[in-house]
Amino acid sequence: MPDATPRQSPLHDVHVAAGAAFTEFAGWSMPVRYSGDLAEHHAVRRAAGLFDLSHMAEILVLGPGAADALDAALLGELSTTPVGRAKYTLLLNGEGGVEDDLVVYRTGEDRYLVVANAANRDVVVDRLRDRVVGFDAEVQDETDDIGLVAIQGPRSQEILLEVPGFAADDADPTEVRFRALLASLRNYRFLRANWDGHPVLVARTGYTGEDGFELYAAPSLLPRLWAVLMDIGRGSGLVPAGLAARDTLRLEAGMPLYGHELTALTTPQQAGLGRLVQHGKGRDYVGRAAVESPEAEGARVLVGLRAEGRRAGRAGYPVVDGDRVVGVVTSGALSPTLGHPIAMAYVDRDAVDARLAIDVRGTPLPATTVPLPFYSRKA
Amino acid sequence: MANEQDLQYTADHEWVDADGDVVTVGITGYAAAQLGDIVYVDLPKVGDEVEAGQVIGELESTKSVGELFCPVSGTVTAVNADVAASPEVVNSDPLGAGWLLKVQVTGLPDLLDKAAYDALTGAA
Repeated sequence: MPDATPRQSPLHDVHVAAGAAFTEFAGWSMPVRYSGDLAEHHAVRRAAGLFDLSHMAEILVLGPGAADALDAALLGELSTTPVGRAKYTLLLNGEGGVEDDLVVYRTGEDRYLVVANAANRDVVVDRLRDRVVGFDAEVQDETDDIGLVAIQGPRSQEILLEVPGFAADDADPTEVRFRALLASLRNYRFLRANWDGHPVLVARTGYTGEDGFELYAAPSLLPRLWAVLMDIGRGSGLVPAGLAARDTLRLEAGMPLYGHELTALTTPQQAGLGRLVQHGKGRDYVGRAAVESPEAEGARVLVGLRAEGRRAGRAGYPVVDGDRVVGVVTSGALSPTLGHPIAMAYVDRDAVDARLAIDVRGTPLPATTVPLPFYSRKA
Repeated sequence: MANEQDLQYTADHEWVDADGDVVTVGITGYAAAQLGDIVYVDLPKVGDEVEAGQVIGELESTKSVGELFCPVSGTVTAVNADVAASPEVVNSDPLGAGWLLKVQVTGLPDLLDKAAYDALTGAA
């Protein structure tokens, strides 16, 4: 069994100095919290939080056939994604089950950056390598050479605009140009920059339900970049934020998490991601027949549940209609923003409108089905 | 707040203030920190008979659920209503205002002293 010492982030010493508590996650030792889960959660909703996401997997797909290869390998139609844009999509198995959810950045005509969950690094690399066979493309696992930090929250952009040392990586490689590009950068777009002479990919993406940016750079650059972001942002309310806050933030935003809402046994439609299935897509892809079949709707569907009080349903707890088990909770917490318990659960389609309850260790907690997300930021 | 040197501890991270035949029970600062921000506390009722090692309550954080194991046997004589209303007190003052319950003991098992508990948690 893998009992190797967990890997440490390049920011490990920075986190220790900041008083972080650590948790083991997908073979990495990562900060679970610094000051406290709730304070960090609220800081991201109200100001900004800084996350170390060094554990995420970065995989490059390169070559003249990269676009066609990804069209064949993934659910989305990446060949139609313009350079400079990102797309959220899924890696499916042949039965239409979800093997991972991905953010894919088109970094050039012949280049893509695929960002996968840490736990799925090997699966995604293996599947992509298998699926690019026959295309003029290659797959490079760059996880060890690309680090990632995310600044998330309504004040993220103003903080990033104040950080000194950035320059645009284009014909006008200046700080002024960088700030102009950053100021007009739209959601799910990214720009290439240099910070102190080192390349950084600055993307307006995230996993918290707030505005924010993800910064991809060499791992060795991260400690200095983290320090300058904290120095500049602290006065605006920026705090370091751990995986615990990240989880409650994404849950409120109704964002699925691999291993909870997404598994190899659930289809995109069941997970509420049917919009990602493009019936007009030009190329065949792994899982297409399965996800275009009526059976992809599945017997159970992902729903949002809200309850009263302070006690939350947790992953694995049964959802009941009277004495009948009609579903199972995949994620749940007392929502820090909303103040009541929330959960995502797979529930039998014919029971979605029933008087449901979550079986909280023997006590039924009445729960109401509500639309996802639980929380959306004001436009 | 009790002097932590005078308390006794369990391997399940409860503390016991065993001064006389009514003891006060809480969870340690280490346990509270491991749980994260505590948002819900479920405790037994006054008058309940409890046994050492039995699960008598739960502490929920935003992140997880922790079970409260009773460190002693006896009858519950008081529960801390303040922590039900303001569970965060368990994080801010686990050995003081964040106490959980008082038990009239009939049996007090062998517990850990501060040094033994520190050795368990790896504290300096």
